[in-house]
This record gives sequence, C-alpha cells and structure tokens, in this order.
Amino acid sequence: MIGKARLKAIADTILSAANADQTEVLVNGQDLALTRFAANSIHQNVSETDVSVRVRSIVGKKIGVASSNDVSEQALKGLVRKAETVASFQQQNPEFRSLPEPLPVREVDAYSESTAGYSAEARAKGVRTILEQSRSHDMQASGAFSTGTEETMIANSLGVSAYHCGTMATVMTVIMGSNSAGYAADAAQDVSRLDPSDIARIAVDKAIRSKNPTPIDPGSYTVILESDAVATMMFYLGYLGLGAQSMQENRSFMSGRIGQKITGNNITIWDDGFDPRGIMFPFDYEGVPKQKVMLIEEGIARGVVYDTASAQREVGQVSTGHGLPAPNTMGPIPTSLFMKPGVATQEEMIASTKKGIWVTRFHYVNPVHPVKAILTGMTRDGTFLIEDGKITRPLKNLRFTQSILEAFSHAEMLGRDLKMIKMGFGGFATCAPAAKINGFTFTGTTEF
Amino acid sequence: MRETTERALDVCRSHGATYADIRIVRRENQNITVKNGIVQTLSLDDDFGFGVRVIADGAWGFASSNQLTGAEIDRVAAQAVTIARASATANDSKVELGPPEVHVDSYKTPVHIDPFDVSLEDKIDVLIAADKEARAVKGLALAQGSMGFLRETKTFASSEGSYIEQTLVESGLGITVRAVADGEMQQRSYPNSFGRHQGTGGYEIIQKWDLPGNARRAAEEAVALLSAPQCPSKTTTLILDGPQLALQVHESCGHPIELDRVYGTEAAFAGTSFLTPDKYGTFRYGSDVVNLVADAVTPTGLGTYGYDDEGVPGQTTDIVKNGMFVGYLTSRETASQLRKTHPNAPARSNGTMRADGWNRVPIVRMNNVSLMPGEPSLDELIADTDDGIYMLTNKSWSIDDKRLNFQFGTEMAYEIKNGKLGQMVKNATYTGITPKFWGGCDAVCNTDHWNVWGTTNCGKGQPGQTAHTGHGTAPARFRNVQVGLLG
Repeated sequence: MIGKARLKAIADTILSAANADQTEVLVNGQDLALTRFAANSIHQNVSETDVSVRVRSIVGKKIGVASSNDVSEQALKGLVRKAETVASFQQQNPEFRSLPEPLPVREVDAYSESTAGYSAEARAKGVRTILEQSRSHDMQASGAFSTGTEETMIANSLGVSAYHCGTMATVMTVIMGSNSAGYAADAAQDVSRLDPSDIARIAVDKAIRSKNPTPIDPGSYTVILESDAVATMMFYLGYLGLGAQSMQENRSFMSGRIGQKITGNNITIWDDGFDPRGIMFPFDYEGVPKQKVMLIEEGIARGVVYDTASAQREVGQVSTGHGLPAPNTMGPIPTSLFMKPGVATQEEMIASTKKGIWVTRFHYVNPVHPVKAILTGMTRDGTFLIEDGKITRPLKNLRFTQSILEAFSHAEMLGRDLKMIKMGFGGFATCAPAAKINGFTFTGTTEF
Repeated sequence: MRETTERALDVCRSHGATYADIRIVRRENQNITVKNGIVQTLSLDDDFGFGVRVIADGAWGFASSNQLTGAEIDRVAAQAVTIARASATANDSKVELGPPEVHVDSYKTPVHIDPFDVSLEDKIDVLIAADKEARAVKGLALAQGSMGFLRETKTFASSEGSYIEQTLVESGLGITVRAVADGEMQQRSYPNSFGRHQGTGGYEIIQKWDLPGNARRAAEEAVALLSAPQCPSKTTTLILDGPQLALQVHESCGHPIELDRVYGTEAAFAGTSFLTPDKYGTFRYGSDVVNLVADAVTPTGLGTYGYDDEGVPGQTTDIVKNGMFVGYLTSRETASQLRKTHPNAPARSNGTMRADGWNRVPIVRMNNVSLMPGEPSLDELIADTDDGIYMLTNKSWSIDDKRLNFQFGTEMAYEIKNGKLGQMVKNATYTGITPKFWGGCDAVCNTDHWNVWGTTNCGKGQPGQTAHTGHGTAPARFRNVQVGLLG
C-alpha cells in the first residue's frame, strides 16, 4: 500500500506545476496478486506493484490528457507540460464548460488488513484445498485466487480532493470431469470471509451432477438463472443504455421512455456506490460523490447515470458521480448495480417449474441489437433440465439470443438472496438475485 | 541495461531459481478521437516497468514493478522466487521448458514514416476531413474517427543467456458512423470495426487507407441500412468479406489452436478447445481449399515481431493444410508437453508467447493467423453464386468455450440472386459449428483481395490481458449456413 499521503503529494506536485486554466489529476496505486491454477496445478502466480498518474489539462476549451507511471518529481512536472502541450494542439471543444467543483465526499471503510497482507503461501493453501477436492473426485480444477489493494486519488484545480482505498479478494473455480463442468465463485472485501473449501464443494457437486449431458432442441423455455447469469444481463443493460450519453445519442432503450414501463413490475434496478453488499466506491473518476440512482423502479424507466459532461448537456442536471477516467468517449455507465431481490428460494423456483432449464452462468455474451438490448451468448459450467418440479438431467450447452428487457418482463420469480458478482474492471460489481424467467429464447446448441 | 538485467537474474539464481527471465518494457501510446467534428480524445500515455518470471522448486512465479531501481529489482526478483515456491506447494509435477533458447539479437519494426514524428495537427486534420465527409450525408447521427499509435520498446534477458532488444511500432485508424431512427441504429465502419484497423508499421499505413476518401460512402451505407429490409432467416450460401472473415478465423481457428488453452490453462476463464491433442495431424478441420498459417513475419501484420516474450524467434507454422489440422500455437512449456504424446511434434516452441506489458506473464497468443488466398476474384465468386448472402464487417460476435458454436452479426449484407448482388439487408447474422462451417468452404478469393487485418482487442488471461493479433484474409464462400436469426 502506498498511502494517502504519498498519493496526495503526487497530486499536489501536479497541480502546483500546472499552468493550464483547469487541471485534473487521477492517481491510481495498485498492489495486486493472483494465483491461477489449471489441470490441478498452479501454473501462473503473479504480483504487481504500480502507480499511474493521469493528467487532464484544460486551456480555454481545449483539453489534453497525458499519463505515465513514472512518479519522480521531474517526471511528474514533465507530465503536466505534456498534457498542456497536447491541449495546445487541440481544437476548442464547445461542449466543455468546467471540471467539477468540490463536493463533500463521504469516506467509506473498504479496506481489510487481512486482504492487503495476504501472502502467496496463503493463496496457495486456499488453492490446495480446491485441488484436493478435485483430485479426490478424479476431476480437473482450474480457476484463480486473487487479493489486492487499490488506491485512488482524484484532485483538481477547483479544489476537488478525494481519496479512497479498497481491498478485494476473489476465488473462482471451474472443476471439470471428462464431459462435465461445475462453476463456483465468491468475492469479498475481507479475504477471511471467503471459503475455498465451500467454493470447491459447490463446483465439484455441479461437475458430478452435469456428467454425461444430453442435447435438447433450441426453442423458448422457462429458465432459472443463477445470480451470475442475471448479473451478466444487468451489466449489459447498464453498458448499453443506463448511461446519460447513450440516451442523449438515441442509442439507448431508455431514449424517450423515461416514465414508461420497460420491464415487469417486479424489476427494480438501481446504482449505489455506498451499499456494503457491493464494492463500495464513494466517488467517480472526476472526484464527484456517487449518488444512489434509481434506474428502473417496479418496471418503470426512472433515470440514467451522469458524468459532468453529460449532465452539462441538460438544463438543471448534475453529475450523479458516474464519470470514467479521461479521455472518455462512451460517457458514464453505472458501476454498482443492484436488483431488488424477491422472496423465492432456489428450491421453490425449481418446484414451481413444469419444464425449464437451469443455467449456472453465461459465456461470451455480446450485444446483437443494442437499442433493443438483444444479447447472444452461451450457457456453461452446469446446465440442467427441470421437469415436473425437479432437476432431471444435465444438458449440453445452449446459445441464447434474447432481449434483456423482454426477459425482465417475464420474470415470474426472483430469488430472495443477493449475490455480489465482481465484473472484472476496477470497482465494478453487480448484486443480483437468481431469477425464474418464462419464454427465454435459445437459438442454438453445441456439442458438449 | 545489461547490468540491470544481470542483477535481476543473479538475485533469482541466488534465491534458488533454476530458470529466470526479465522483461523491461516501455509503451508509448498516442490516441486521437474526433466525434462529430470535435476532438474528444487527445492523449499521450507512457507506461514503464519490469517483470521477473522464474522457475523455483519446479513451479512458476512472477513479480513486477514500475520502479526500476536496484533495491526494487532485488525485492521483485526475490518475491518472484518466493511466489514460485508457494506455487510448488500445490503441484504434483514440475515445469519442463524443453531445449534452451539462447539468442542475442535485436529487432525493429520496419517503419517508413515514424508516426511519432508526424504532427498532431496533421493527424487531426485527416480525422476532421473524414468527419466532414461523413456528416455531409443527410440523416447521419454520429461520426467517430480515431487514430492510434504505439511504440513498445522491450528488453528480454534470460538465465539461459538470451539478451534481446526490440522496438515494435503500430499505427491504426478508422471511422465508425451511425444512423438512428425509430428504435433502430445502424452503423458502418471503415476500414474495419472495433474502432480501427491497425498494423505494425508507420504513418504510411494511415496514408494507405485514405479515411476522408471513404467516409462518405460509409455514411451513405449507414443511412441506407435504416430503411433496408431485415436479413431473411434461412439456410443458404454465405460469402464473407475480408474483415468479417478475419474475426471468423480469429475466433474459430486462432483461439482453439492455442496449446495452453488445449491443456486447460484457460478453462475457468476463456475456455478450452475442441482441437484436443488426439486430433493433432488427423482431424479434418475444413474443406480442401482451407489453408491456415500462423506467422510472426508478414509485413504490417499486427502479430509481426522478432521474438516472442520468452525469447523464441518469430516464425511461420502451418495450422491447417488442405483442410487437415496440422499445427498448434505453442510455448516452450506446451511444446514440451505435446512431445510427450506426439514424439514427431516440433521440439521447440513456435514463438507465440506474448505478454500485455511489463506487469503480465506471457501466454500463448495468436500472431498472424491467416487464411491463405485461393483463385477467384470476388466478382467471379459472386457471379458463380446462384442464391446467397454477402455479409460485410463485424458487428457482434460470440462463441462457446470450446470454440464450436459461434454466432456473428455484420454491419451490412446484400442478397445474391443469380450471380449478382441484390438488395441491401440489415441486422444480418449467421451461426454454425466450426468444423462443419469450414467444411462448407468451397472457395477463397485471390491475393488481390487478401489483406492482413488487425485485431486490437483480443482478451485472455487472468489478470486480463489484451493482445494485438493479425489475420490475413480474402473473401470466401461457405455453403449451407444458417443466416438471419433475427428475421
């Protein structure tokens, strides 16, 4: 860990050396480690220490950005000159008004000493637990155990000065038999809350139950999606259409539909960077404090998230604290999505299903029609047929092609538990329940 | 720099490493984006650091830092050994690298015009000119053009005696235009989608592709697509243009031939491969006209380099010969593993280990995985097609974790009727199973249509790594393909 004082000193050096009309500095410190395993062995085991500095200089309405990970005083001063030189080559950006003014930022405790100090030996011990369970069932385990600390300091010449330090630990595994696979994962701010043995037990159980899968014809089915699969759909919903710029450019399913019904009554989705059930991150990459933003409330489109630039395009709108690092052409996106859970247990969802498909998670999902929020992707690591209220047999994997909005219009039941799914980039996380959805469209099959 | 690398290697040896290498890497990136006439992005990014990779107690360890000082080198090198020893506590077998690789050499990307010597004003002028051309078309909602330049300077040294210095230079450009109406959004990109086309080389690449000269046509096509009918849903003959075929090769050939994937090292993340070792040399991957080659030597290819990131020379490998699967992309470790079951397999790696910067371990990555050209021209191919669809430029992509079931969408398509292009259709998609699809390939266009397309967003590995890969393709024809799932 580098510490607030050192990151602030870097930011101060930048700001005091700046000659531009406005200057913003983003300092990111990382101390990350990841132990990766496959075929019942650790095959990659890595650590990384880095500090990167990104400077946004504004001269009039000209904007230049430069970044470096050389934090010597001479290099930092050179970085400021570089950003200002870049800005001088720019053309005026008539849309630009100002960097954000300072607002009070609430500090959150997202740091765990046990995670920050976790050793390679400790990670290897956790992995051994998984490998032993895999070997004892004559299966092959793969996955990763990561721990790390990330520090973020954002300051600007208008007085913004925000610092956050957070830790994160994740364990995920896929355990494979000769023709089967099972997946399990968990993530937490405090590594001591993770139980690799339990994660392995879930994955092994699923790998055993998914042996000798058989095919099923593509078509429209009731599905029970585990939280991972629901989180993937929510992430794409956010990426495609829950940011202000996508709405302003008419490429969002929210464009012109605020106040209208876009999903079923039981779907409520919001973004909240302060909820400890997710990854807490109190401000965005412009140093603006995060607001809780209601996006879809009981099926009604309520709003989108804003950064400074997209807020300045609308009269009376302010940033909701969802800006990404400069330069950013895609606009703001939600980073801490939550779906309101229901009351159902997974057992109740299965018992209420005459014929349906249980999906553990999706693979390689991508948009097919962004404005209609149609996605395609595959199932993987545990797909099962449900008949007359019971799981009856494992299935070969299926391809879905499905509008998320339509799927969320036919969610018959939502699980009562929220699971936090780390979405792979910085502080992005999605908290999702399991969901039983009717009329989910599978368009293809594969051979395993 | 030799003094620095020797210090790191000595520390590794003194702590008990049986193998060690160090990479010292600097990356300089320049990115410019013009969106609807406004320069949205103008950034210069500089990233520098070193990574030390070791084998100790028969297992791998890796540590990295952005501070190249003596004390930090000592700390990081020792840490890499500690991590390797931790890895060993979980493992039943030991890493085998095969024969040593000892090379003292240097390599530089051939560059005619250094892109970092061309002024920012000149580059912006090109993007603004393209933007004006595109937005002159009535009905266009958005034009976004970009250029990107990369200079990567890296030094590799190993405990086996290698010392290799390389400077790789890349230049890329592109424009994407969008038309929006009534819940429909259509886009066209030039020369390729994903923001831009990129290659190894200098500013001459930018000059070759003439962005302003092609932006208006792209915009006209995007607007026309809004009123085009939906792509029909049927099983038919499909012709793919070069850029779409490049991604088809990338996803359905490039990834499944990565031997680390085959051995399960990506099983929990990117997935495995249907091309298991029992299929090596015996499996019919495609029809007789399908010839695929992986190389690191094709001029301007985005996967062209002198040495990979474990110090193995870049080279050329047959992957599919007359339809038969004959080669993998390998590392030193996976090549050794393959030899145990296939004694006739090459003893040495074919040099495809690459790392996404100083803070990542090298993993098997595509270099230039290319479909070799055939005989007909595109006009001849279309004239020879009674009924089908011609699809151009990728818009969406997805494939299962063994690389069998795929589904792609393209920006634009035309119906083919009686040997001629018919009406434009929108939202075109096609789907298939990899060997069946390539088995239905009955023609590949000739060298006049062949180009090495650059893919800048290939994701793999944990922590995540993004690789730049090349794919040489010419348009090709496939029989009996399911198209138009949204029809």
